[in-house]
Amino acid sequence: MMKRTILFAALLALLVALPLVSSNPAHLNLAILVLMAAQLGVAWNLLGGYAGQVSLGHAAFYGVGAYTSTLLLLNFGVNPWLGMLAGGVVAAGLSFGFGWSCFRLKGHYFAMATIAVVEIVQIVFTNWEYAGAAVGLTIPMAQRGWGAMVFADKQPYYLLALGLLLLTLAATWAVERSHLGYYLRAIKDEPDAARSIGIPIARYKQIALALSAFFTALGGSLYAQKELYIDPGSVLTTALSIKMALVSILGGVGTLFGPVVGAVVLTTIEELTRAAFGGSGRGTDTMIYAGLIVVIAVYYPSGLVGWWHERVRRSKNKRAALATDAEAAA
Amino acid sequence: MSLLELHGVSKRFGGLMANQDVSFSVEAGQIVGLIGPNGAGKTTAFNCVAGFYAPSSGRIELDGKTISGLPPEACARAGVGRTFQVARSFTSMTACENVMAGAMLHHKRVHTARTEALRWLAFVGLERFADKPAGSMTISEQRRLAVARALAIEPKLLLMDEVMAGLNPTEVREMVKVVLAIRARGIACLIVEHVLEGIMPIADRIVVLDRGIKIADGPPVEVSRDPAVIAAYLGDA
Repeated sequence: MMKRTILFAALLALLVALPLVSSNPAHLNLAILVLMAAQLGVAWNLLGGYAGQVSLGHAAFYGVGAYTSTLLLLNFGVNPWLGMLAGGVVAAGLSFGFGWSCFRLKGHYFAMATIAVVEIVQIVFTNWEYAGAAVGLTIPMAQRGWGAMVFADKQPYYLLALGLLLLTLAATWAVERSHLGYYLRAIKDEPDAARSIGIPIARYKQIALALSAFFTALGGSLYAQKELYIDPGSVLTTALSIKMALVSILGGVGTLFGPVVGAVVLTTIEELTRAAFGGSGRGTDTMIYAGLIVVIAVYYPSGLVGWWHERVRRSKNKRAALATDAEAAA
Repeated sequence: MSLLELHGVSKRFGGLMANQDVSFSVEAGQIVGLIGPNGAGKTTAFNCVAGFYAPSSGRIELDGKTISGLPPEACARAGVGRTFQVARSFTSMTACENVMAGAMLHHKRVHTARTEALRWLAFVGLERFADKPAGSMTISEQRRLAVARALAIEPKLLLMDEVMAGLNPTEVREMVKVVLAIRARGIACLIVEHVLEGIMPIADRIVVLDRGIKIADGPPVEVSRDPAVIAAYLGDA
């Protein structure tokens, strides 16, 4: 336990110091993209991993977060820090409508209904003049610094993304350790048995969804502040929802650090193909994604983290067996 | 007033009458066996008591409070624990965590829930499996785990659906021991069972269903001599 804490602290110090070590903006940008993808994966994992409700509509919450903070800033001059919080609260509030309609369905049908939700939200924002319609919204660069959450260079965004990831991880850790975490896993494993021990499953799924929506929206606001431009095509697409699910599934659903591992692997592939083939990688990243999904589904259904745990367990057993053999020989 | 009372409970699935005007009661601290041939409506009656079905008509009372029509989670809160024909263990958890999930109905703090869970695991003789994944246990162990999980919600009445089916004679004896220990703690048991050798010697009363209708109700010795019961099991002579 002690060793683990030290390891974790060392890793954290390294992560905080990283922008000071590397001055290459391309590297820093990749690191920011990884952190942001990881944060979204961790937020998605609360509902999709722990409670087992695979949502492909989380881009709706991401978009709502991005639009809420940006609209509040542009129209009412609300500070982006407050706007970010407001975005999270609005998304969590809207998640009740999302849950009320989609939770009537189970499994694949639930996932398909969530796709419909994000498509509807995208159409609404594409046609909503007040929200910039298809043209989108631009955040001015006039005010900069930590107060305005707008910066000319990348380092502060790196620290923001890292901070948000840590916050989301801490929330997930707290959920995992509380009765909520046990209840969510019970609902995922055996919903009928969960009800028989007094778990109101509709309420707990909704709690997981609201938490997940809140943190997803925070990620959306951060994206808006980093890119300084949002439109429905960048923050409200199903492809984005799928990516959130994919980093979790690749890394390991229902594990604390699974989505972080998944985000490192996926984002690196995405950026490498982009560098190799230009543009958006001419779709090669999507082909690699698809290949990865097949490999995971067939060989490692518990994801990379699950595969690692299995390896560690096996080598431990092997060592234990060797030790007993040696004893027997002696 | 009995602990559990069914008053004229009927359950209809479309054109099929699974239970018709079934009335019986379970006293506190009693073991009652609910038996009958295949398709007699035992599991349906059971699901009505546990809240998984709402009766089409009739009323079910626990401790004088009407529970028919309540959802399963409310029935659990009212004091009805249950197990299923298959164990339905939470396979992503250890044995102890399975029972903790049950204990959390009354003990939300994880630490207290763990203490409670370990106590119930020891009660069913599974303490050495506490930190083993539930999915790695045998069928018989998982059945007892399900019993521990249901007991952890501190029920007044425990419903057990075919807990002895598919067990070998040693395992049946272990399960019988557990059921008797449950009664000794003052918890009533309503047991749906096919394995009559398991249930007949320990039940205080037997209720027999056939084609959705109650055909006998009384002490095991009387019921096993009842011509209507013999006819239901062996066919009319």
